[in-house]
Amino acid sequence: MFRAGRSALSFLVVIGALAVLWEVVKLLGGDPNGGWIPPFQWTVASDLNMPHVWDIGASFVEPAQRNGPPLGIVLVNAGIFTFREAFGGFVFGALLGLGLAIVFVHSRLLERALVPYVVASQTVPIIAIAPVVVIWLRGGWLAVAVISAYLTFFPVTIAGLRGLRSPDPRALELMRSYASSSRDVLLKVRLPAAAPYLFAAFKVAATASVVGAIIGELPSGIRDGLGGAILNFNQFYVSGPPKLWAAIIVAAFVGIGFFSLVRVAEAMFLRGRTAPSDA
Amino acid sequence: MSKRFAYNAPAVLVFVGVLGLWELAVRAFGIQQFLLPPPSSIAGAFVEHFDELVTVGRNTLTEAVGGLLIGGVAALVVAFAIARWATASRALLPFAIAANSVPIIAFAPIMNNWFGVLNPLSKMMVVAVLVFFPIMINTLRGLTLVDRSSLELMRSYAATELAVFTKVRIPNALPYVFTALKVSATLSLIGAIVAEYFGGARSVLGQFIITEAAFFRFANAWAAIVVASAVSIAFFLIIVAIERVAIPWHASSRSAESS
Amino acid sequence: MSDSVVRVRGVDKVFGTGTDKTPALQHIDLEIPKGAFVSLIGPSGCGKSTLLRLIGDLTQPSVGAIDVNGKTAHRARLDRDYGMVFQAPVLFDWRTVQGNVELPLEVSAKDKAVRAARARAMLALVELTGFERRYPWQLSGGMQQRVAIARALSFEPAILLMDEPFGALDEMTRERLNLELLRIWKQTGTTIVFVTHSIPEAVFLSTHVAVMSARPGRILEVIPVDLPQPRNDLTREDERYFGFIKRVRERLRGRDVARPGAAEVAAS
Repeated sequence: MFRAGRSALSFLVVIGALAVLWEVVKLLGGDPNGGWIPPFQWTVASDLNMPHVWDIGASFVEPAQRNGPPLGIVLVNAGIFTFREAFGGFVFGALLGLGLAIVFVHSRLLERALVPYVVASQTVPIIAIAPVVVIWLRGGWLAVAVISAYLTFFPVTIAGLRGLRSPDPRALELMRSYASSSRDVLLKVRLPAAAPYLFAAFKVAATASVVGAIIGELPSGIRDGLGGAILNFNQFYVSGPPKLWAAIIVAAFVGIGFFSLVRVAEAMFLRGRTAPSDA
Repeated sequence: MSKRFAYNAPAVLVFVGVLGLWELAVRAFGIQQFLLPPPSSIAGAFVEHFDELVTVGRNTLTEAVGGLLIGGVAALVVAFAIARWATASRALLPFAIAANSVPIIAFAPIMNNWFGVLNPLSKMMVVAVLVFFPIMINTLRGLTLVDRSSLELMRSYAATELAVFTKVRIPNALPYVFTALKVSATLSLIGAIVAEYFGGARSVLGQFIITEAAFFRFANAWAAIVVASAVSIAFFLIIVAIERVAIPWHASSRSAESS
Repeated sequence: MSDSVVRVRGVDKVFGTGTDKTPALQHIDLEIPKGAFVSLIGPSGCGKSTLLRLIGDLTQPSVGAIDVNGKTAHRARLDRDYGMVFQAPVLFDWRTVQGNVELPLEVSAKDKAVRAARARAMLALVELTGFERRYPWQLSGGMQQRVAIARALSFEPAILLMDEPFGALDEMTRERLNLELLRIWKQTGTTIVFVTHSIPEAVFLSTHVAVMSARPGRILEVIPVDLPQPRNDLTREDERYFGFIKRVRERLRGRDVARPGAAEVAAS
């Protein structure tokens, strides 16, 4: 508990440091502010391209559109919407991946037939097919969830396979000497052994499914999610630069948030075992 | 010879079988070709648009490679600096990992605004940020996760910190760097294509895919995706080849372990 | 004792601070003459490895002083007066066998031709000629340890510190390497301090066996082993060999009060 509080604090410190750095850059090369003329002139640091930190903060409480609710509320709702797509897909993909891994562990033939494709897919730009799949399936949040499921299921299958195979052969021999059923071996030895590997994959998949959800929203005309918000504020960037940045910040929080959720789950499941993997 | 054939046969059969079934199913059930293009029309689209596909593929690959170079060099420099001078490197690692879980692709519109939508540099910068963290984290790991006995050994020789760095830490880090580069190969291509989804010149893969998909010309879109996959795999294999040359001892020692 | 190469005087070693202190070594007095082969033996946790590392200046005493070769241990390490061999070979995967043996010479900035010549000579000494271009993973455990020994000797140290170097090897390889080590010792005239928990190995190899008590470690007795040199397979059948083994074993089991005058090694 105390450790969590400490890391939250250091997290805030880093964010604060970044904000300070941001303003220092603007101070050195941005637009003139009040009586101050910056020594350099970097287009990147202009108020258009890098709005002041306080302007970004202020935009959260101002209405996103005329007579609309504050931007903060809009973005939080968009974030929840996108998160739901990502999470739903993640759960489905994780179950599918784990199921496949279990099947492969028990059938060498199926493994030999299918695993090469699972492995090869790791080198294929999977996220790139997101828009195509979404248009193909006529859009909608279900299509986006399918993207997230797809992005989750590959790393989980591979990690699951490695993890389920990881127990010491002597542990498996021990179970055989007890005349245990395959099911017992699976539940008592293989799955617990696979847990660390699975959680490592879950962490990767969490991030990937959020990214997949955002990308999937782009061509599908979904306006309710973060992808839609980013597109919208990008289109009308000049009329309100801080809003795009606000949307990106919220997207970052959704990504980090999901990742942290998985880490918390990992800490609970793997309590007392070897230190959680760093990545 | 025949043993290897028997081992790989199931996978090959699946590949051929899936393609064949796909082709048959589309024709047998009379599914609209534009909805679910059979492998034959994808192949046809590939041939028909070959020149354009090569051009867009090359442009996107340039963005990917450029971004990988920028991000990779920056990552190596930062990792070296942290390993050499900051004892707080262990404390920084969690932040880098958290930063990696940010959907970096969301910065694509910003990069387009900063560097220009049509400018390949805007895509390269997205790729650079995308590959920065994996490469930096892994390099830092490789530089700092040296086993104690090796460090004690160097102490017994009264070796300077610089000697330890060059003779132990850097060689130790090389396998980690290559692991990150292999991941980054795929990542850089994905990053370039996806960044292009947020807007780009006509002559890039991402825009090609989006446009063809928007016009329901799925055969063309899938052909482009096949091209993207092929380029990605080729990029990955090139890095594997470079790894074989740069750290021959690692690959062979690993295969010895697993045998 | 003017030809003592190592002089440990009144050394205590305590780990930890405040309320969490663990005394590892207590009142250690030890003198090791030039050219001797001294084994440190004692129960697990008695601090024998710590004592070895104190001599090698890889850690510092809490109380007392250690002189090596007429200088402080710290100076001796900076002057590279000793070589170390650990239980694990600690070879670098990315260097060839020859590259590994050359490592300390590179650190002390010897030039290329000198390094290569010395490395090859050392590999010949451990009878690994022909393996220069191989990589560590291609060698067996015993061979890797021989490379580690060659590396430790490559800069001709006055003292060789060995921390259970053969502990991870099987019995037969260990016996063979014992003989090799004795041959190398005779050929180079290096003083060797050898940590082991195998009583037969200690007796077989050494000119003196320093028996230590359980934690906090003290030197109970230094037993001169005057079996004839050179030692070989026949030695293992000598009655006196078994006699010494018995003596060491009883000392390890017996009262842990140091006998007066036992602290100094009689010049043999």
